[in-house]
Amino acid sequence: MIKTLTGAVLAAGLLMAAPAFAQQKLVPAQSEIAFTSRQLGVPVDGRFKRFDAQVAFDPKKPETAKIGFTVELGSATLGSAEVEAELVKPEWFNTPKFPQATFTSRSVKALGGGKFEVAGQLSIKGNARDVVVPVALTQAGGTTTATGQFTLQRLAFKIGDGEWADTSMVANDVQVRFKLALTGVPAL
Amino acid sequence: MPRPSERYTATAVALHWLLALAIVGMFALGLYMTSLSMSPTRLKLYNWHKWAGILVLTLSAARLLWRLTHRPPELPGAIVRHMPAWQRFAHHATHAGLYLLFFAVPLMGWAYSSAAGFPIVLFGVLPLPDFVPVNRELAEALKPWHGWLAYALAALVVLHVLGALKHQLVDRDGLLSRMWFGR
Repeated sequence: MIKTLTGAVLAAGLLMAAPAFAQQKLVPAQSEIAFTSRQLGVPVDGRFKRFDAQVAFDPKKPETAKIGFTVELGSATLGSAEVEAELVKPEWFNTPKFPQATFTSRSVKALGGGKFEVAGQLSIKGNARDVVVPVALTQAGGTTTATGQFTLQRLAFKIGDGEWADTSMVANDVQVRFKLALTGVPAL
Repeated sequence: MPRPSERYTATAVALHWLLALAIVGMFALGLYMTSLSMSPTRLKLYNWHKWAGILVLTLSAARLLWRLTHRPPELPGAIVRHMPAWQRFAHHATHAGLYLLFFAVPLMGWAYSSAAGFPIVLFGVLPLPDFVPVNRELAEALKPWHGWLAYALAALVVLHVLGALKHQLVDRDGLLSRMWFGR
């Protein structure tokens, strides 16, 4: 009895001591990472089916935030099955060698009104580049939804190498859009 | 030689031969591009095929409009009298089938492209509307139809050419000259 009680007190103490973000979790079913690439002027939409986030974020203390991302590149959908079969090949994502894209935040700046600017390093296919991503937060019923979009240059990551490097065929700019539902984020 | 009233108008003749060339070319391009494995060349050819398909559709619409406003010449009485009933039926059915497929083949290609998530952007600059939703199951269902309809069109074209050659080489009735430029 005393042991149990001690255990409970200890556990409670630990929980209280733990930072608020310990329980921040991604809700994959309500989240989405989509992208649009242009082939000869034709916008083709794709999305990633599997990704995860490791978030430690308090809107009141953005400077202490740590945001990490992993995206399973092999889970991309893009137009037809034919195109998807192409996407995993060495010229494109080379998923056998580089299965994941990762993002690690370096700094988060509050812009006011639930808007933030997240700077960090995006790594795809062994190429790391600094990116700055604007993020807007909304909160409802215990869920925090982060939305934003940014443009990346596919050739900076050697996505579409060799004969596909021709940007008149496939544009260099790729629009990336995300909507991430998180639970456990402290109030704005 | 047929008299002027028995001829097709110069516009009808021009549209006929322009579309004849386009349809034969598109059929060959379609066969060739689908035999290629994925490459920038293949991607380029697919887009050209789509752009040309839109032109075929537009020209076919212009041609149908012209036909509806400029009555085509009747078959010469002497020829009709020599034709058994099944040939007269085949003559009309082939032309009706050709016109139907002039529209069905490009429209089915357009629908497939849209359903597969590749909207058509004419010449890479003018986005055309999607008239079907982006849906993978729908795309898979539509995909073979563009090809099947194209083969059906090719079969009717062969029949049409054989019919024309029979008139020219077997019957020697000069019917073919109605569809050529001349006095």
